[in-house]
Amino acid sequence: MIISDFTLVEIQKWTKVSLLKLQCEERLPNILPGQFVQVRIDQSPSTYLRRPISVHNVIPENNEIWLLVQKVGKGTETLCELPVGSIVNIVLPLGNSFTLPCLRCSCQAQPTDYLLVGGGVGIAPLLYFGKVLQTQYNIRPTFLLGGRSQSDLVQIDSFQMYGDVYTTTEDGSAGEKGFVTNHSVLEQMTANKGLQVCCCGPKPMMMAVAKWAYAAHLNCEVSLENMMACGLGACLCCVEKTTEGHLCVCKDGPVFNINQLLW
Amino acid sequence: MVDLTTDLGKGLILRNPVLTASGTFGYGEEYADFVDFNKLGGIIVKGTTLNPREGNPYPRMAETPSGMLNAVGLQNKGVHYFVEHIYPRIANLDTNVLVNVSGSTIEDYVACAEIVNSLECIPAIELNVSCPNVKQGGMAFGVNTEGISKVVEAVRKVYHKHLMVKLSPNVTSIVDIAKAAEASGADSVSLINTLLGMAIDAAKRRPKLSTITGGLSGACVKPIALRMVWQVSKGVKIPVVGLGGISSATDAVEFMLAGASAIEIGTANFIDPSLSGKVGEGIADYCEKYGFTASSQLTGALLTD
Repeated sequence: MIISDFTLVEIQKWTKVSLLKLQCEERLPNILPGQFVQVRIDQSPSTYLRRPISVHNVIPENNEIWLLVQKVGKGTETLCELPVGSIVNIVLPLGNSFTLPCLRCSCQAQPTDYLLVGGGVGIAPLLYFGKVLQTQYNIRPTFLLGGRSQSDLVQIDSFQMYGDVYTTTEDGSAGEKGFVTNHSVLEQMTANKGLQVCCCGPKPMMMAVAKWAYAAHLNCEVSLENMMACGLGACLCCVEKTTEGHLCVCKDGPVFNINQLLW
Repeated sequence: MVDLTTDLGKGLILRNPVLTASGTFGYGEEYADFVDFNKLGGIIVKGTTLNPREGNPYPRMAETPSGMLNAVGLQNKGVHYFVEHIYPRIANLDTNVLVNVSGSTIEDYVACAEIVNSLECIPAIELNVSCPNVKQGGMAFGVNTEGISKVVEAVRKVYHKHLMVKLSPNVTSIVDIAKAAEASGADSVSLINTLLGMAIDAAKRRPKLSTITGGLSGACVKPIALRMVWQVSKGVKIPVVGLGGISSATDAVEFMLAGASAIEIGTANFIDPSLSGKVGEGIADYCEKYGFTASSQLTGALLTD
């Protein structure tokens, strides 16, 4: 883990979210898909603690990370409006990761295909996940991305570089109308027992995906976002009740297998 | 060269006055990438109880202006787990490792302290009689002089190394409590633990913490902590360890000027995980700049004329 000052080199803004591209001088440590960073916002009393943000993409050769940030409060609003050139202090990388195929073993439980389901800004970590799967494991995942309306579905072009993209919107303004769990592509996927489902999004959506995956006997992981302070597993604030008792979302997670959770 | 050595008595000698506060630094290992432990006077590990504790339900944390509320509720795996699994990993860290001993009955405190007494590499305990987040836990003892006398006297009988007692600010007169701790055998007092507070989500018409109330910490509590350290250091002869919102070397110096012999860094570890390793040097810089040859000269050096 490192703590480092990053420079905002580019920002792209949509209605609710901004894409921040940040570079640092030091060489980035290896970052795994599903890991997150802790961002210091400013010296304002109302944003005292760091904000945990998942890693949207990594460009190792530029020491660059991308963060897709949704405005949900004062801290994220400040981040979404930062001027290019701003210095942002970041601790990274934090937490565990989504399960990747193991290149060294040939166990049968090995995932052969991936379905990456994202809702709202929860699509963020899935882009980097898709990139790693394709470039390091030669797996082209299926992305299923959902939002309230078309304006929630950002970065679709980037996702298409790494896999097939299916979308849903609640108002029908893009993709199939409804929730991700209603999408027609799911039907043909339940038969694929080598399929690993990985999901990040609002809790009700993740619970619905978990329910679907459980019923279809598919292995499923979800990424939680409990309120946290330290991000390092020290303060024990962000706990989730699991089959192993209270676990820290920041250190034991954010990714959990649905069988660990008491949902 | 400024001498940063801090002798808190009864064998507890720190390399510098900087300790990390219990519950904010895990078991040290969590911060290994950010802090050289040999830059610290010591680490006070997570509150440890006789039996394992699950802690309070989520949500346990709420951000507040320049601070945060927590209601963790002493989640820990119990002292036996600590002795078997954690102690062997951290016993030889290049700094003092102190254990924060918590409990809900005198018997529990005594049993836990007795076990920690047998750990060769632990030179001191911080007795937590001030946790606001546990029913009948700790704070019940820490809010009146009879309670604190009983628990400190009982632990003193079984604990033979340095006994630091962590005081609650949620009292009418913290000086009276500190005096009672001193009279009952404490070797030092640390203050302040968190202030009982509350946060509400108006839109949901609900409290932000599962326990409704919780402990306030962070920069916002510093003026209260400073005032209490000032008052207590005038009232007791044993060393005072100051904590409450310390976020820089200057903050640390202020606590020492108010009367603290050593300081603890707590919530600021969450904001800058590398901070605690830098404060010792910052204190030395201050001493050099203002003509002190030893950091111990700062203790109580406040000018009030």
